[in-house]
Amino acid sequence: MVLCAFSIFGIVILIAWQLILRSQLAWDKFGMSFFYQVFTDSYTQQKLYWDPVNEHFSALPFVFGTLVSSFLALLLAVPLAVGLAIFLTEMCPRALRGPLAFLTELLAAIPSVIYGLWAVFVLVPLLREHVNPLLIRSLGWTGLFGDDNPTGLGFVAAGVILAIMILPIISSLTREVMTAVPHSQREAVLALGATRWEMIRMAVLRNARIGIVGAIILGLGRALGETMAVTMVIGNSPEIHHSLLANGSTMASVIANEYAEASADMHLSALTEIGLALFIVTIIVNALAQLLVWAVTRGAPRQAH
Amino acid sequence: MKIDQFKTRSKVRTISDHLVTSLAVIATALVVTPLVAIFIYLVYKGASSLNFAFFTQVPKPVGEPGGGMANAILGSGILLGLASCIGVPIGISGGIYLAEFGRGTKLANAVRFTADVLNGVPSIVMGVAIYALIVNPQKHYSAFSGGVALGIMMIPTVCRTTEEMLLMVPHAVREAALGLGVPNWRSVLSITLKTASPGVITGCMLAFARVAGETAPLIFTALGNQFWSTSLNQPIAALPLQIYVYAISPYDDWHRLAWAGALVLIILIVLAVSLVRYVTSRGVLKGAS
Repeated sequence: MVLCAFSIFGIVILIAWQLILRSQLAWDKFGMSFFYQVFTDSYTQQKLYWDPVNEHFSALPFVFGTLVSSFLALLLAVPLAVGLAIFLTEMCPRALRGPLAFLTELLAAIPSVIYGLWAVFVLVPLLREHVNPLLIRSLGWTGLFGDDNPTGLGFVAAGVILAIMILPIISSLTREVMTAVPHSQREAVLALGATRWEMIRMAVLRNARIGIVGAIILGLGRALGETMAVTMVIGNSPEIHHSLLANGSTMASVIANEYAEASADMHLSALTEIGLALFIVTIIVNALAQLLVWAVTRGAPRQAH
Repeated sequence: MKIDQFKTRSKVRTISDHLVTSLAVIATALVVTPLVAIFIYLVYKGASSLNFAFFTQVPKPVGEPGGGMANAILGSGILLGLASCIGVPIGISGGIYLAEFGRGTKLANAVRFTADVLNGVPSIVMGVAIYALIVNPQKHYSAFSGGVALGIMMIPTVCRTTEEMLLMVPHAVREAALGLGVPNWRSVLSITLKTASPGVITGCMLAFARVAGETAPLIFTALGNQFWSTSLNQPIAALPLQIYVYAISPYDDWHRLAWAGALVLIILIVLAVSLVRYVTSRGVLKGAS
């Protein structure tokens, strides 16, 4: 039993060791500059980030893509997830609560490849025909929505599908920390004559805020590492644009696209190093989130009594 | 405070209360819409392309209509069987340790924490690690490496749900067994674990359903295969992998097969999730107290 429990430590160490071992080649050649260097194409004099043929490897466009798509997803998902959690814990009629909670649970269980399938055939055409022209017309002046990509693929599509995917995680954890707030707090605020929203703001959100931040960070962790759905809709080009409608690529998607076809040792090693970076970042993000959620769901009930 | 000031203030408070209520309702509607849309579209597209051939034939070459995903279904079965052989025993034993032997110790807390963190590690990273560990030394892609990748992904989920289910077993049951002079290990195995077994089994099914839809770790371990293959030493087809390849292909007939495959996968997963919810909400375990 103890051995099996310790195998979990073993797995983490094994993964880390293998990733470090296999990324040694790229690390020795580029060092830390792997994550920020920029190459220049000798013929066109344009910026170049990722060229496996000439062994130019820079993870910058992928780091950029991962960050942009994840933050876009958080921007869309967080208000909705918190709203859903408030509705489910504080306002929902009892008869609706069960089915709605079950539905969000199901949303969490759908495999990422099915989200990707749906996104390719429903979401992307929808964005291409209706949403993107609207964004370009109304917000084009900000420079964030350029008019040069007619496919509908890109950061916006990836952000929307990621938002749908991380919604259930954020909302179910938010719900958990909200229910951990003791009832006496709610009753005290209500007894002072507060409306329901004031009660939620003063008693529930204020007490649960650390846990909610934890839930959001956990959602971020999922968004950073999400692979299949993003790979299918982000367009997969290793470039940096300031337009959110342009094609991009994330750390996970470049691994998914190129790993099986990479034959040069340096290419494989560079991809593994991106994997190692992803591993370290998600471990830190998840550990942080876990600690925050634990701080609330464990500490709160004990203090109440 | 003047009375009219008080009136405006309370009006503002009431209005903001209503505003937030309606915002929460709108948020809920916005969350439920894509889910319902995904399901309706999936059933509509999948059901129209699902037929008998889907379950009995292997994929036809490009351009020929028809064909099915029989090899992918079989491949997924083999991969999941292998994964369960690795993930279930280790996961359950780990869960028993956490709930029964190491309860409250620092070590158990560390294991629990690591399991939760491991749960959040992206599946693609798992694929890279298994590639480095098994595929690279072997010099070829194989069903075995895919199964190991999925099995490792099952361990933390099975471990944590087993622990949760065991903790639901009331103390009185354990005390009764110990009071009769049963040794601790025996009481854990044949009393506690047996009482919690419906929950543990559904927990395993949940982990099973989760890895059944995993694509990312299989891309460069199991690789996929257009033909019948049952050998553990050869590349093998898997349902989610086939869906991915067909979805990004330009052929209408392959899109049709992708939808059918997605429907089969989602039915499997919905069944597992509903079963878990049924068992945990009906309180099969709580009934013992």
